[in-house]
Formats: sequence, structure tokens, C-alpha cells
Amino acid sequence: MPDRFSLEVNGQAHSVETDAQRPLLDVLREELSLTGTKYGCGEGACGACTVIVDGEATRSCITSIAEVDGRRVETIEGLASGVELHRVQQAFIDQSAMQCGYCVPGQIMNAVALLRTEPQATGEQIVEAMDGNLCRCCNYRNLRAAVEQAAGR
Amino acid sequence: MPEVGNAIPHESAAGHVTGTAAYLDDLPRRERELCVVFVGSPVAAGRLKQIKGLDAAKATPGVRCVLTHKDLRGPNNFGPILSDEPFLVEDELSYIGQPVVVIGADTSEAAVEARGLIELVCREAKPILTIDEAIARESFIGPHRHMFSPGSEDDQLFQAAFDKAPHTIAGRFRSNGQEQFYFETQAALAEPCEEGAVRVISSTQNPTETQVVVAEALGLGMHQVVCECPRMGGGFGGKETQSALTAVMVSMVATTTGRPARLVLSRAVDMAITGKRHQYQCDYRIGFDAAGRILAAEFAFHSNGGAFADLSTAVLERTMLHADNAYSIPVMRVTGQVCRTNLPPNTAFRGFGGPQGIAAIENGIEQVAAQLGIDPLTVRKANLYQDGVAGRQQTHYGQIVRDHVLDEIFEQLAESSQYERRRGDIEKFNASSATQAKGIALSPVKFGISFTTKFLNQANALVNVYTDGTVQVSTGGTEMGQGLNTKLKQIVADEFGLSVDRVRLMTTSTEKNNNTSPTAASAGADLNGAAAVNACKKIKRRIREYAATLLANVEKGFVASPEHIRIEGGMVFDDRDLDPRARLEFGEFCGIARRDRIDLGARGFFATPGVDYNRETGRGNPFFYYTTGAAVAEVTIDRLTGELVFDRADLLMDVGKMINPGIDRGQVIGGFMQGVGWVTNEELLFDDSGRLLSTGPTTYKIPNITDLPGTFHVDFIANTKHVKNVRLSKAVGEPPLMLGLAVWLAARDAVAAVAGGKPFELALPATGEELLMTLTKLSVPSEPRGTKPSVNGAPTNGAGASKSAARRR
Repeated sequence: MPDRFSLEVNGQAHSVETDAQRPLLDVLREELSLTGTKYGCGEGACGACTVIVDGEATRSCITSIAEVDGRRVETIEGLASGVELHRVQQAFIDQSAMQCGYCVPGQIMNAVALLRTEPQATGEQIVEAMDGNLCRCCNYRNLRAAVEQAAGR
Repeated sequence: MPEVGNAIPHESAAGHVTGTAAYLDDLPRRERELCVVFVGSPVAAGRLKQIKGLDAAKATPGVRCVLTHKDLRGPNNFGPILSDEPFLVEDELSYIGQPVVVIGADTSEAAVEARGLIELVCREAKPILTIDEAIARESFIGPHRHMFSPGSEDDQLFQAAFDKAPHTIAGRFRSNGQEQFYFETQAALAEPCEEGAVRVISSTQNPTETQVVVAEALGLGMHQVVCECPRMGGGFGGKETQSALTAVMVSMVATTTGRPARLVLSRAVDMAITGKRHQYQCDYRIGFDAAGRILAAEFAFHSNGGAFADLSTAVLERTMLHADNAYSIPVMRVTGQVCRTNLPPNTAFRGFGGPQGIAAIENGIEQVAAQLGIDPLTVRKANLYQDGVAGRQQTHYGQIVRDHVLDEIFEQLAESSQYERRRGDIEKFNASSATQAKGIALSPVKFGISFTTKFLNQANALVNVYTDGTVQVSTGGTEMGQGLNTKLKQIVADEFGLSVDRVRLMTTSTEKNNNTSPTAASAGADLNGAAAVNACKKIKRRIREYAATLLANVEKGFVASPEHIRIEGGMVFDDRDLDPRARLEFGEFCGIARRDRIDLGARGFFATPGVDYNRETGRGNPFFYYTTGAAVAEVTIDRLTGELVFDRADLLMDVGKMINPGIDRGQVIGGFMQGVGWVTNEELLFDDSGRLLSTGPTTYKIPNITDLPGTFHVDFIANTKHVKNVRLSKAVGEPPLMLGLAVWLAARDAVAAVAGGKPFELALPATGEELLMTLTKLSVPSEPRGTKPSVNGAPTNGAGASKSAARRR
């Protein structure tokens, strides 16, 4: 039987009736039409589906809707304020940290979560924090440069 | 200001960082859209005896259709070259996961429930999985191919050249496959249209082929099928042909039910059933002199093609065309055979066989150097193609390698990377360390640009100029992250003297661009860029003719003269008239021109000149030009664990005049790192039944951010001799991947330091396991080297092999 779950997504309250085990990723994409968060592997190992839950970078493909009941979720769609991009988004453009672009929302959300706790993260901290976000275009050098720029390095 | 040459961001950059750039699964759900799933073969080889549960599946609530091969309206076979692959299994089962039944349902739950009701009754046979098994059972695809340098067709002459060589080596080299792992999996959406037509939106590098295949499967005319591709989340070759299967499945469901249908593969299914870079085996022998100059060489390739031909014969051809890499080898024999096995059909993957050919000769070069006890760089330099030097510029297939700067690349890179000093440091380090071994290698790439299938070297472009002076461009080229659309935007902006924000690239669609080639062979910008320029030229000619009359000023003595009309800086003007009021803003001019009934749209066509290659004789000029470069890599290997640390990389490439230096740099770095993945950590594992075990990122390791080298320099070299191709640029998509081989060669160099002169073969990829096993073997006191494996399809040079063994230090 479906249950009802409440969550806040990008500052908006939502109530969703669905199966408790349904991945947050599917709820975001299919129920809330927030398709910026991507499916990459379904096993929480590539980082494409990264969102922020109560301030923490979270793999939405292996996080059930039940786990985020009553919690605050941020997705790529909620990052910019109006037309003004978040500094991490701007840094990604400045450093050409995209090729096919598919992994980019997950990369950015992970970087945002990192920089909230470590606003001036060191190169080492950046590499350590970003090592679970894969990019098949292997654009890692520019990805690293983008996060470094956002960290003021 | 010209736009070409600027490092402007990817045209979708803002969409990428805000999550609004839509990939196929992001497109809004259609009204009454169906979810599509399929049932795949549970065995790698055998016969399908019966499909049980079809009626029960059809009766499942929410299920709208359950389809088998009987529901196809056209012939049940496809394939870009040999057409040997069924859309849906009729009888013979050829690989695990091969589609048998397709289900369309209201919800994924209903579709999955129906799938669970279907049982495939099979008579299982013993599958062929390896190249060795295929050779033993003579299971092949296509003919046994030959490519001989002039004179070496004759067995005796070839053998004589070989016998004259003071030194020889022989061996067998193996390279494994590679999973594309495009982040967006195979995906397609079909919408039924009026009068039985269908619109397919597909994540494909090949909209025209998708159109053809869907039309054939559904028994439709090509005019009844439109294929669109908005963008791909990565392609790498994996969506050149293999995107067709998903497109056909959704189209069958859509036309059967009259409802839109979508299929997006899960990662595990995508990895399990789609083709990969080919696994290769190469038997080789090389004859050379004391200076390391190669006098004669033979390479006999076998590739693992999987169950069906797909592009395998063309991939093999490119392998054979790249067995020389950057070296002029006077007597050269290359043979090749694709093996048919019971794995998913292998397919295009960035480099398209080139990497396997180049890996084979680079491995050979290391062995030559080891036997002579000299630096492999000396051997490489001794054999490089020399521009304009007779006897040092012709390939084994007859093409002259011209207008290149290979020598300069070697010189500049050896200098900037301080190769000699580091070689000395590494020798000292290796002499003093019992637990670690360092290695270094400088290796080149020379990659032929053009499809080796001549007719594919064509493109068309549609350019529409609007009355406000903005421009829409449509080509058959597809955007997969390589930046094609960004480059096209810059090229077209410059043609009209506009800023890039006034040019927009439109969704690729067969409706606007017909009979197009796949976006492949690194030639997307070359072909589509040239076609777009030709379209712009037609419009500009009309603009000049009309503007000449419009801007003519008899009082000033300026008679109508199209030669004096300039279209630049956002203005249209007569360059004789210096009065600024006589200049028309481009948009204003376009509005006037339309009111005077001037056509401001055109279609341009381009066919690459001068490419011709005879597949039967193995001779000709398959390539328009070559993209070249080189890399120096340094690694440290832990001798006790086999762990490899990638210390440093220095890359130098000739990619002509860059249309977008930012994009080209990204292609070079990304391609290189993807190559590093292939040669180090990416390992495909199949079990004995032919089932892929590495089906996700937890079991298949692609490079991550920690795999970047500690020090990383990327640079470009100018080449004023390169005077062809659109805006004098060069293709950049695939060539840097092969520079990744420098890392494998550096790893081999480190192992060679431990080997102390003992010959050995290191397989590719050099995983930690492979390195450790090789090091372990080398540390065991070795038996005298036995007879080398024979060169398949050619007489074994037993004498040469023993001669080499005798000379071993």
C-alpha cells in the first residue's frame, strides 16, 4: 500500500503518495518533474543522482522516499536565485567543466555540499570529496579547476 | 571580431549547470505514454524452443502489447555492413540478453509483471567466448583481410626481407575491450504520427541509420519515419549503430498500440547487452637492425567481434591501417580476421580499432628496444615518418604521410618534459629501490581522419537567416558533448560577421537533413562545418548581389559591384563607401532583402575530396589528413602489490588551427584519460557462460578524479604546413585517446626495469593484478624461452625467433 510522505524540495513543501521503498530520484523526476537530477547507475556509485538532504550530499538513487520523510531536499533546480547562478554553477561554466553535461548536476550538488562545510576547501579536500562523482568524458581536470575556483583557489 | 579561435563555453553550458539541458529521459511524459521492457535470451548460445506465457503476459492488466519477431513488418535483420543481426530472436540465440520479446504497458510495474510471466524454453549450446575458441572452431565474420606494403605480397620476397634483418622478435600481444559507459544509457521515445508514420526521438549518433532501420523493421517508407536527436549524454561510438535496437523496440510498440512509447535502459542491462571496444589478439614479428630501425614487420590481428558483424569489419580495417602508427616501415604485412563469438556484438568506440593497432606496434617497439638494450625513444625516433623524405613517408597501404610535424613534436616534447634527465633519474631510482619500480615512455599517435568507407565522407547543412539577422543552423551532426554545435555556431557566426549569440544550432532531425552519416570518425566538425560554410556561401552570394544594387551610389560613382560588398561586424556595406550612414545593420538588411524577395536560406553540401581506398587490394588514400601528437607518461609501480601510481603526463598535439581551444583542450584531456582507463583499470569480466560480470561502476572501474596524474601538462604545436580542412582545423575527438597508451608503455617500462632483460609480454590493460602476475613470473628463475606462438595465417619464423632468443641478454 502506498504511504504518504512529506518533504521540502528547494524550499517548497510537497506531499507524495507512493511506495515507501521508491527511490528519491524517481520521486523527484517522475512525481515532481525535477529532471535535472540524473539516473546514472542505480547503485549509488557514480554520483549522477547527487542531491543535498539536510545539508548533506546524498545519492538519491539509493535513498528511499521514506528516508527523506520530513526532511529538506535541494536539487540542481533550486540552486540559482532567479537568473543569478550559484558560484559553483558559474565556476563550472568558467572552467568548461562539462562535455556531455550529464554528470554535471550531480557534480555541482556534491561540490556545493562540500563548500558549505569547507568554504575554502583545499585541493586535497576537493579531490577526496569529488572522487565518487564519475565523469565518462573524463573531464576531471576542468571539474577540479571549477571546484577550486568556487573555493577561491 | 572573429568567433573562431575563441574558447567560448559549450553552447549548452548554462543548461548543463542548471539541469535544464534535457536528455531523452528528461523529455516530458507524453499523454498515454507506454513503458517498454523486453525479455532477453538467458543463454549465450542455443535454440529457442518455445516462448511460454505470452497469453498470460498479454492478459496482465495495463499491458498493451506483447511482441515477438512475428510482429515485425519487414525483414528481421539489420546491421550497418553485413545485415546479419535479427531485431528479435526467431530461433537461434546468440548472446545473453539478446532481445526476444518486447512488452509495452501503461506502467513499469505492469510491464515488469508481464515480463516475469514469460518463460523462454531454450536448448543451450556451448558458447564460443574467446578469440582462441573462435579460431579453433573457425567461427569468423567477414573475409580474412590483407594489407601488404609494395612487394610484400610475395611470400618469398617478404621472408627474404625478414631473413636479412640482423635482429628479430616475435610474440603475441593481447588487448582487452572497454565499456563505453556513456553516462546516459541507450534511450528512445517513439510517437505515432498521422497516416502510419512515426517520429523517433533517440539518443543516437546516427539519426539517418535509425530512420532506415526503423522504416525497414516496420515496413514503412523512409519518408514515414523521422528521427531526432536533441543531445546525448555521451556516445563515444556506442550510439553509432547500437542505438537502433531501442529505437526499433519503441517504434514497434508505438505503431502497434497507437501510443507513444519510451525505453531507457538501466545501467546493468545496457552494459550487459551492448557492444564494447573489441578485444584483440595480435601475433607479430619484427625484423630490425642494431640502430633499432625496423626493416620488416608482420602483424596478424584477430578481434572478438561478438555475435554479429555490426561495425567489426570496419573497426578491424582501421586497426590494420594503424599498425604502422607513426612509423615508416619499408616491408610490412598486416592481416586481420574478425571472430564470431557469443558475446554482444562489439562496436565503435572512440578510436574505432586504431588504439588496438597502435598498441600492437608500440608494444613491439618496446620489445625491440629491450632486445637492443637501448631507450625505446631512440627506436621510435629512428622509425618516425619523415615529411618529404623519400622512403620515409609511404604507409603500408600506399598513402603518403605529408605536411606533418612529428619530428618537431618529438623534439619539443622530449625537451619540455625533460625526458632525458628523468630517464636518468628513473634508472637511479630503480637501481636503489627493492619495493618500487618507475617507468617512463614517450609515444606518438598518428590517426587517419576520414571514414574509410568513402561514401560516408559527406554532409549537408541547412542554414536559415531570419529577418532580424539571427540564424538557425541544422546539420546531420549530433551533439554528444564533443562540442560540435559550439564549433558550428562559431563557424557560421564568422561567415556572416555576427556574434555567436545570433546563431543557434537546432535539434538534429532527419526531417531537415537527409541521408547523413553518423557523427563519428572524429569528422563531425570537419564534415558538417564544411557543409555549413557552403550553405552560408550560397546565402552570402545572394546577399552580395542584392546589396550591390541596393548600396550602389551613382552620385559617388559606385556602380553595383558584388565584389565590393562586405558582410562583417554585424553590417552589410560597400567597402568603397566610407559614409557610415551607407552601412546597413545585418538584421535591417535581411528585412529589406526579404521584402524584395531574396532567398535567405540555403542548404550546403560537402564531400571530402581525394579520399579513395580499395578494400580488395588494401591500397589507396583512405584519409584526408592525419591528426598527430605525442605524450610522455611516468608511473611508479609497487612491486609487492602491483599498484600503479600515475605520476606525470606531458601531452603535445597538432590539431591544426583550433576552432575552439577550450573545447579542443577538453577533448585532448578527456580522450587521454579515457585511454588511460582502457590501458590500466578498466577490465571487462565475463563468466564461462558468457555473462558479463562487470555490469556497473561497482564492478567496472572507469577513471575518477584521483586518477589524474600528479603533474599534467597539455600543449599544442603549430603546423603551418596544414592547409586544408574547415578553417584549417584538425579533427580532435579520437586521436588523444591513443596517447593514453603512453601510460601502459610507462608501466611496461617499469616492469622491464625489474625484468632486467628477460623478455615478457604484458597484457593490456595493465591492471594491478596483471602487473603483479607479470612481476611475479619475472621474479621466478625462468626456463629457457620456448618456441614462440606461430603467426596465424603466415609461416612461422622459427629461425627468427630462436635467433632472437640467442641474442637475448
